[in-house]
Amino acid sequence: MNVSLNWLRDYLPITIPANELAEKIARTAVEIDDQYHLAGDMKKIVIARVLSVEPHPDSDHLVITQIDAGEDEPLQIVTGAPNVAVGQTVVLAKHGSTVGDHKKIRRGKLRGEVSNGMLVALQEIGIDDKVSPKNFEEGIWVFNEADAKSLVPGEDALTVLGLRDDILELGITPNRADMLSMNGTAWEVGAILDEVPTLPQFELTESSVPAAEAIKVTAPADLAPKYGVRVVKNVKVADSPLWLQRRLWAMGIRPISNVVDVTNLMLLTYGQPLHAFDYDRLPAKELTVRAAEANEELTTLDGVERRTQAGDILVTSANQPLMFAGVMGGASTEVTAETENVVLEAAIFEPKAIRHAARDQNLHSEASQRFERGVNVDDTFKALDHAAALLAELAQGEVLAGRVIAQDYAYQAPSIAITVAKINHVLGTDLTVETVGTIFDRLGFPYQVDAGDRFTVTIPARRWDIKIPADLIEEVARIYGYDELPTTLPVGEMTMGGLTGKQHFLRASRHVLEGLGMNQAISYALTTPAKAARFQITPVTPVVLDYPMSQDHQVTRGSLITSLLDDVAYNLAHKQADLALYEQGRVFDAKGDDTLPEEREHLAGILTGHLQTASWDQKAQDVDFFTLKGIVEQLLTNLGFTDVHFVANRERPDMHPGQTADIFLGSTLVGFIGQIHPQTAQDYRIKQTFAFELDLTAMLALPREGDHYDVISRFPSISRDLALLVDRDTTSADVLALIKAHGGAYLKSVTVFDVYTGDKVPADKKSLAYSLTFVSPETTLVDADINAAMDRINQALVEQLAAQVR
Amino acid sequence: MSLAEKLDQLRVTALAEISASDSQADLNQIRVKWLGKKGPITEVLRGMKDLAPAERPTIGAKANELRDTLTQAIGDKQATLAAAALAAQLAGETIDVTLPGKPVVQGQPHVLQQIIEDLEDQFIGMGYQIVEGPEVEQDEYNFKRMNLPEDHPARDMQDTFYISKSLLMRTQTSPVQARTLEQHDFSKGPLKMISPGRVYRRDTDDATHSHQFHQVEGLVIDKHITMGDLKGTLLAVAHQLFGADHDIRLRPSYFPFTEPSVEVDVSWGPVTDQTKPEDIDWIEVLGAGMVHPNVLRMAGVDPDVYGGFAFGLGPDRFAMLKHGVEDIRNFYLNDIRFLKQFDQKG
Repeated sequence: MNVSLNWLRDYLPITIPANELAEKIARTAVEIDDQYHLAGDMKKIVIARVLSVEPHPDSDHLVITQIDAGEDEPLQIVTGAPNVAVGQTVVLAKHGSTVGDHKKIRRGKLRGEVSNGMLVALQEIGIDDKVSPKNFEEGIWVFNEADAKSLVPGEDALTVLGLRDDILELGITPNRADMLSMNGTAWEVGAILDEVPTLPQFELTESSVPAAEAIKVTAPADLAPKYGVRVVKNVKVADSPLWLQRRLWAMGIRPISNVVDVTNLMLLTYGQPLHAFDYDRLPAKELTVRAAEANEELTTLDGVERRTQAGDILVTSANQPLMFAGVMGGASTEVTAETENVVLEAAIFEPKAIRHAARDQNLHSEASQRFERGVNVDDTFKALDHAAALLAELAQGEVLAGRVIAQDYAYQAPSIAITVAKINHVLGTDLTVETVGTIFDRLGFPYQVDAGDRFTVTIPARRWDIKIPADLIEEVARIYGYDELPTTLPVGEMTMGGLTGKQHFLRASRHVLEGLGMNQAISYALTTPAKAARFQITPVTPVVLDYPMSQDHQVTRGSLITSLLDDVAYNLAHKQADLALYEQGRVFDAKGDDTLPEEREHLAGILTGHLQTASWDQKAQDVDFFTLKGIVEQLLTNLGFTDVHFVANRERPDMHPGQTADIFLGSTLVGFIGQIHPQTAQDYRIKQTFAFELDLTAMLALPREGDHYDVISRFPSISRDLALLVDRDTTSADVLALIKAHGGAYLKSVTVFDVYTGDKVPADKKSLAYSLTFVSPETTLVDADINAAMDRINQALVEQLAAQVR
Repeated sequence: MSLAEKLDQLRVTALAEISASDSQADLNQIRVKWLGKKGPITEVLRGMKDLAPAERPTIGAKANELRDTLTQAIGDKQATLAAAALAAQLAGETIDVTLPGKPVVQGQPHVLQQIIEDLEDQFIGMGYQIVEGPEVEQDEYNFKRMNLPEDHPARDMQDTFYISKSLLMRTQTSPVQARTLEQHDFSKGPLKMISPGRVYRRDTDDATHSHQFHQVEGLVIDKHITMGDLKGTLLAVAHQLFGADHDIRLRPSYFPFTEPSVEVDVSWGPVTDQTKPEDIDWIEVLGAGMVHPNVLRMAGVDPDVYGGFAFGLGPDRFAMLKHGVEDIRNFYLNDIRFLKQFDQKG
């Protein structure tokens, strides 16, 4: 809501500068989105009269005018305005003036003829296109004759046009809809400044003809708890007088005609939307408010043909829909230049239905906004009467006697009791009964105080947002000032803070990977259905958004790898080829429309390009499967998992069939590791990339070993090497398992130190070499001990794997 | 030539040779030549039997003295040569210490994660628990329990990704508060918690909007919690994130789940006793308030006995302010050049 300070001064004495007032409002009431002076840096713009208009000798579209600008001599002005004519009162930007957008106007020659300035349109002096009256869209602004009479050439046009005004743009929160009106804003600013606002007054003169004879109205209380109309006959539709027009454009509303402008003025004054129907265009002399059926047709004022949804509120006549009640009027009964008789409607409509209609029709109007958030029920019919009085005054209308009322819900002012002790308890303050009383006085809330500290406060209709004691505490707090509150920390029973086991585990998984060179990525959890289906450890069903905002983010992801590959693609597109990224986040498995999906914590990582980059004395090393596997093995070790198995899996879609392994902890599948299938990599527009994904939720349920201390043996260890020739498809894991199973109690560790396939061994064989270390905590081992173990191992390898021990 | 004279001559010659030697090997030869069993000094000593008994002690002493002198000279020379050799070795090993070190591989936590962990640690220190909740939420917890019934105008403040009538992508982490609140056993003490996590809004991504971002929301409920406590707690947060010389201010606002509700601004620059109020640049960083009685009631907590405060802040916004990040999308594109910048520890 834009608030004109000039208008606000009609209500309150405001002596402080606009920026100080803005600061007070921001600290006490609502946010100030913007604050500015309408005239900006404009200057030397004056009222002028057109004395003569002559053709330009060298131009078809320009004319030469002589202008009375209140100076001794007329000024010659050359203009292209199509609507300029002798006798008009217009606006002149003189030589040396500044108009809108900081544009400077200088004396000059137009096609050889001197021009001492420029006749301007409102759009050229800072009044928005959307707000400038339509009938002057193509030409300069011309004052109407009635307004022109009181204007003197040479006087400051910016003052006349109401531009010497400060505007505060209020960012009004949903609870403060009372400030969507000048009256409400005046009450609030009055409370801030400790002043009582003077509200607008009017006098209504009615004819002797009862309005009830001209029209009947019907409205159910559940759709329109308040509904009444007045009938104004014989109106003369015309432009509004200047005072009204400038009030509207200062507030950001386009003047249209006196009838429409009056309803808008009432909207701004009271926050009460009104509507004017052309009485003679009503299908019958009756108005009925009813709920719409689905798909009723209605053309709104903006010329759009619309269809109703069941439950929208309609104002109808002879059962024909006339308007979306409270949202937008219909074209069929619109007030036009030909209109003679007017029905003015003032009502309160059911907010939920208005909200639905505004949303369904994408019509968030000034009216719907207010009906959704509430209006002051005490002012509904006051606004109606005031509008009728103004139509009588401005359009020479004849107001028929009485309101015709279908519903008249009466406001029951609630009384809310609150003690000063409670206020102080919540705010941490030390306020006295007197201070609290002063605050309610400033707000204009009547109250009684009992013998103790208990206030019983009566809430006026204009503050329908106040319903419970907590609301009153907020009123006290903000008027008292949040700056004045003490700054303390909670005291009370001690609580222990700390991470849960799961939180420790998740943190550790991240910190370990960072230590191993992986950078944490945080990607989007919403993706495309195609990507969501990829790289799942075990099958999950993505959660599908009802109304996605974009193609790229329609469903929840089924793996983190898919997000990381998007990140890889982004980086590659920006010439970043060496990537070590990981992400820790959730994967979703839908369980139906009414049941929460299962959310599992996952951890995934990718490597591509180089991990160890080149420097002046070492070459960069390409990453491969084993670079990533080393990272994963270290991670699993650090997280306390010992029973780890990597099992080749040729069947994982989107993964390289020869370079992919499922990861098992004991017998539980917890993830996989491998190279992204080259074909899939191409889909993502990435190069050779290695990835792993782990289901941390599954891992958390499995046994883990903590650190434990083994005495470091005082006795020397003995190493033996073992070289084998085995079938090519025998895995290292098979060999290792046998060695460990038969190595005896003293076998401390086994490491692979060579793997060979090639010319020197048969094509279906490979050579493996292991180094075995034996140690005893109690004694120095002798060859005999070791030989026995080696014999057992050799025998097992020969018998079970047909290995040749070399 | 007398023996004494001969010894004197030997001394001169030998010392000259020692002095002239320029290697360990050379020096060894000199040692063998002069001090060895076949050397001239041994020879002199052997020849003593031919001397008069009266002369023997004098010559013997002189010969021994010469041997000691030469031993000493050779030792000294040896040390000099060793030092020179070491110096030469060191000189040969001299490197350009300004060349860069060998790169080590180190990954960085995401800047948003850093801010979240900082906050978690700070609140743990103040006795809070960290509670996470589902990212796909029920309308019931995301909105209704937060005092936002269906058709509440404030629902428009948060555009929502709905999944079904009852399910949605959570728009805030406050549903975690509702879930924790209804579980909490107040006979075991007050509830102090924060809930960090991802949230979602039906927004078009641009420099200042993201359909996914993060929130850390906090809740404290006990019998005697005041708005002053809220102010003190938020001041502590501002100090943690922006530095101890920053100040905060509270402005009225509206959230359906708190009453009173405030926006909290933090000063962009330091604020001292000398700072004039009009010179402070206030930046809006979080929303907060005293928990609405309806929220407590719906969670089965008696608002006449218990009360407290809640706050919500956005790590994305904090990171943008703190580091001058101009585009929120940077946090989710994971450009490695972006991620690697946030590497300060401790």
